[in-house]
Order: sequence, then C-alpha cells, then structure tokens
Amino acid sequence: MKGKAHKFGDDINTDYIISGRYKFSITDPRELARHLFEDLIANFYNKISAGDFIVAGKNFGCGSSREQAPLAIKAAGISAVIAPSFARIFYRNAINLGLTLIEADTGRVEDGDLLEADLSKDTIRDLTRNIKIKIRPLPALMQEILNAGGSVEYFRKHRSILKGNR
Amino acid sequence: MPRTITEKIFSRHTGKSVKADDVVIAEVDFCFGQDGTSLLVIERLKSLGIRKIFSQRNFFAMVIDHSSPSPNQKISGIHNAMRRFSEQNKAKLYDIGEGVCHQVIPENSHVLPGNLICGADSHTCSYGALNAFATGMGSTDIAIILAYGKNWFRVPQTARIIIEGTIPDGIFAKDIILYIIGKLKADFAGYKTIEYAGSVVEKLSMDGRFTLANMSVEMGAEAGIMPFDKKTENWLSRHAGKKFAPVFPDKNAHYENIVEFDISKIEPQIACPHSVDNVKSIFEVAGKKIDEAFLGTCTNGRLEDLEVAAGILKGKKIHPQVKFIIAPASKKVFLEAVKQGIIEIFIKSGGVVISPGCGPCVGTHAGIPADKEAVISTANRNFKGRMGNPDAFIYLASPATVAASAIEGKIADPRKYFKDN
Ligand code: SF4
Repeated sequence: MKGKAHKFGDDINTDYIISGRYKFSITDPRELARHLFEDLIANFYNKISAGDFIVAGKNFGCGSSREQAPLAIKAAGISAVIAPSFARIFYRNAINLGLTLIEADTGRVEDGDLLEADLSKDTIRDLTRNIKIKIRPLPALMQEILNAGGSVEYFRKHRSILKGNR
Repeated sequence: MPRTITEKIFSRHTGKSVKADDVVIAEVDFCFGQDGTSLLVIERLKSLGIRKIFSQRNFFAMVIDHSSPSPNQKISGIHNAMRRFSEQNKAKLYDIGEGVCHQVIPENSHVLPGNLICGADSHTCSYGALNAFATGMGSTDIAIILAYGKNWFRVPQTARIIIEGTIPDGIFAKDIILYIIGKLKADFAGYKTIEYAGSVVEKLSMDGRFTLANMSVEMGAEAGIMPFDKKTENWLSRHAGKKFAPVFPDKNAHYENIVEFDISKIEPQIACPHSVDNVKSIFEVAGKKIDEAFLGTCTNGRLEDLEVAAGILKGKKIHPQVKFIIAPASKKVFLEAVKQGIIEIFIKSGGVVISPGCGPCVGTHAGIPADKEAVISTANRNFKGRMGNPDAFIYLASPATVAASAIEGKIADPRKYFKDN
C-alpha cells in the first residue's frame, strides 16, 4: 500500500467523518464519500487520490455507531486508516466492512507525506521523512476477517465458528 | 479467580469461565436497531443469506425515534421498510411517538440484570443502569447476531469509578457525569467497561443512573455498569416483572484502574463546543447568550428531568429570543408529565413540546439551529454539526441549567431558582 497521508488530530468523531444529517438521506456509499470530513475540511473529497491514507491521533472514530463512517472512508478510495488507537465501535465496524486499520504511533507523520505500508513486515515507511514506524499487528481473528473482505464474507464461509463454543 | 461484573456476565453467556482480554463467541439476550441503522441491518442480513431471524421471541426490536415522525419522503420510505420487516419477521416495532430507543427498550422489559444486550446505537450503554452489559455496535454486527444469536467479543478490561461525597443543591446526575468526563477525557475508557460505585451512585435515582450510564460512551467505554440494589429491584418490578439474577463484582476483582471522585463541592457543569470533554464550571461560561434551549434525549428526557425543569419554569416565561424545545423521552414519560401538569407549565412558559423521540439531538429535524446560533441542550454530544449545522455552537448541561438559561436568554446558574423556593 502506497499513498499520501491526510493528517487529522485526536478524538476524531463519526459526526466529523460523515455528518449525522446524511445518515438518512444517502444510502449509496460513493455518494456518502463525497461528504467525507466536509464539516472539518471543505471539499476534502476532491483532495483524495485512490490509495491515500487517513493518518490520525488517538481515539479515532469515537461517537456514534453509524457504519456509514467507515463505509464512506472505504468508498472514497482510502486504503487504510492509521492511528495509535481507535474507538471501539468504529474499530468493529471498519473490520466488519473490510476497511484496513493500522495501529501505529503517528506523531512524526505530517500532512501530505508519502507513506508505504507493508503489513507483512508490520512497518510503515514515511518516504518523505525517511523514517520507519512500527505497526502493532491486529489480533488473528480480525486479520482473518479483513483478509476475507469483511465479516459478512467471513461468516458466510465460516458459519461453524458461531456455532461452536456452545 | 475473583471476577468483575463484565467477566461474570461473559462467563454466563459463553458457558465457561472467561477473563478480560479473552476473545470469545457469546450468546446475546436481546438486540435492536433504530431508524438510522435498521435498514442496513436488514440489507446485511440479506447479504448473509439469512431468511429467518435467529429467534422471534423477544430477541429483536426496532425503534423509530431518530427522525420521528418522518420529515421527508426518503425517511418515510426507510420507516416503511422497517414496518414491513417487522411484520414479516414478527419483530417488535416501536413506531413514531413511542420515544427514544434507550427509554423505550428498558421500559418495555427487554433488559434485565446480568443480560448481554447489543444495539445498533452507541448509547446502548445506558442499560448498564439496570446492571446489564449493554453495548453499541454497527449494523453489520447486529445482523450477525440476528442471524446466529451470537457474535464475537473481546472481553473488556474494567475501570472502576467511585463517586463519593454529598450532592450539593442544584447539582444533578448530569453535572456529576460531565465533571467526570471533563477530568478523565474522551478516550479514558477505550475498549473498557466502567463499573460505577460509591455512596453517590447509591443515592442517585434510577433516572440519574441512566444519565450516568448513558454518557459512559463519551469516555470511550464499551459499557457502563451500575451496582444492583433495592432501587434497581423496585424499578424492575414496575417495568419488567420477570425473573433475573443480578451480578455483583468479586472483592478482589482485577481493575485496570480505579479512580475516585468527591463531588461535594462541584458547581453546575457545562460541556462547551465542540467536544464533550471540554467541560467548564458555570461561572466560567455564565452570561453567554443562547438562541435555543433543548430539553430531552436519552440522556435527560426522563420524568425526573422534566420535573426539575418544570419546577424552575413554573409561573415564569422563557426569554423572548429563545426557542425552547422539549421532547419527552417516551410516550409513558409524556403521559405522566401531562398528568402531573408539567407539560402545561412548559407550554405556558413559551416552550414547544414535540413528539417523544430524539428530537433535534442528531440534526435531522425539529429544531436545527441557524448559522452562529448557540444552543444549550441536555443531550450527550456537542460535536460540530451534531444538530445539523456545522456553524452552530452546542453547550451541554443539566435540565436545571437548561431551564434557567431558557428563562434568562443566556447560560445561567440554576441554583438561585432552588433558593427562592
Ligand atoms: S436522543 Fe440523541 S443520543 Fe440519544 S439515541 Fe437519540 S440521537 Fe442518539
């Protein structure tokens, strides 16, 4: 994965990612994507190229349970969100939809930096700054759900997991 | 091994002894969606290839509350799709006018102590007031539960918040929780349960405990659980009347952190734009002009909240430049408020009472502020754009502070209204 960094601060909530006023009026993910982060940065959508990264501070995605938030990010062509920590509901939603999340310290990355992420080696390279950042790998189950393309695909294939246990 | 409330509830729902950080598949007792999330639940269920929901017996409900009654044709279509799904699957539907999901669900006995409850709404954590593990999820997760009756969880670690002291006059549950969020910040309890304890929690009414549990997610918590006591039992005997088994933490349970607060000296608290943890004491913001006041939501639209506000507004008029909107949390709350003459007080004061539901909380209808306007609200979120306009400013406060501010046309200290009486 290689792309430009779009840098955000701490505690970015789902209302900023996609405003609550669209959660009813728009159901098409590509249409949702056009309104990505628009209350924070006007015309943000036009600044993205396919494969870019969202790079944020701690607690990314706090707030509502709206799945439109990770859906809009994915539909906008963002390849992964990189942050030191994610809010829990957002974390589940993103993995369920097959949007890659990368847990890493993002303090040294600046807006516009060119990044290359290598998940097999658990590292991100900031090519602009020539630094290497370590990734904290996801737990195995989440890794598998992501690889399947999301939880719908994963559980369709692996129904037995939910039947097990008890 | 001594265990937290969370570890005990997950042990019950997996049939084995589990501890924090274990990844488990757990059985869910009840799940639900609202009108902003249910359509996607229905779609995901189709993608999963599921034609029959896991159980039709008190397992799933939908609530039309976020845009209710519908403000436009698009949303009317969503509401009708929910109605159709409910008929086809014999799933309980709470239609327009029934109220906010987080009041309607517990009022209709869908929640019992010790339950594991998942809702497609982030404030599902409110039901922790009833000593249950309740948590918000996205639509895909709810669809998986609806299909299989289970889902995966990482059993959360627990943070214990102990609240001690005597509650000062004019200070309410909302002030207490805002004070705590201001100190601990928005990411304090990420991936964790908060267990509340202490003499103040014991003293709080059930309505107050719902307010506390409701705002746990504003500190990132997965759930916020209250101890079980006589008050819980009485509340349940009025609303549930079923058998249940409360959960108590073990003495030496492992807590990731324990924080203690003494609230004896706190002032009315205000969360200022644009984040819930940007909390100030009243003297720092009093006098700020406001254009709209909103009383309601799953945080503070319950009977006790309306009573407190009506106590202040009785015989008074709101400021002529203020739009004062009241949305009772449920039809039951509304009816009781009518009986007690509370609604009459609101209307005579100049307030506008709208149908039970979320009202203007999430900015889809019924009171969207204009550019540059300031709103004082009893809701739980004040993010930029939350009420439908990114150029408005939202302040969060207790029902008493909102009522006092509606009268004065500026952010006002409610305590003087208690001294008068
Ligand atoms: S009242 Fe507000 S916070 Fe509560 S469920 Fe409705 S929109 Fe969400």
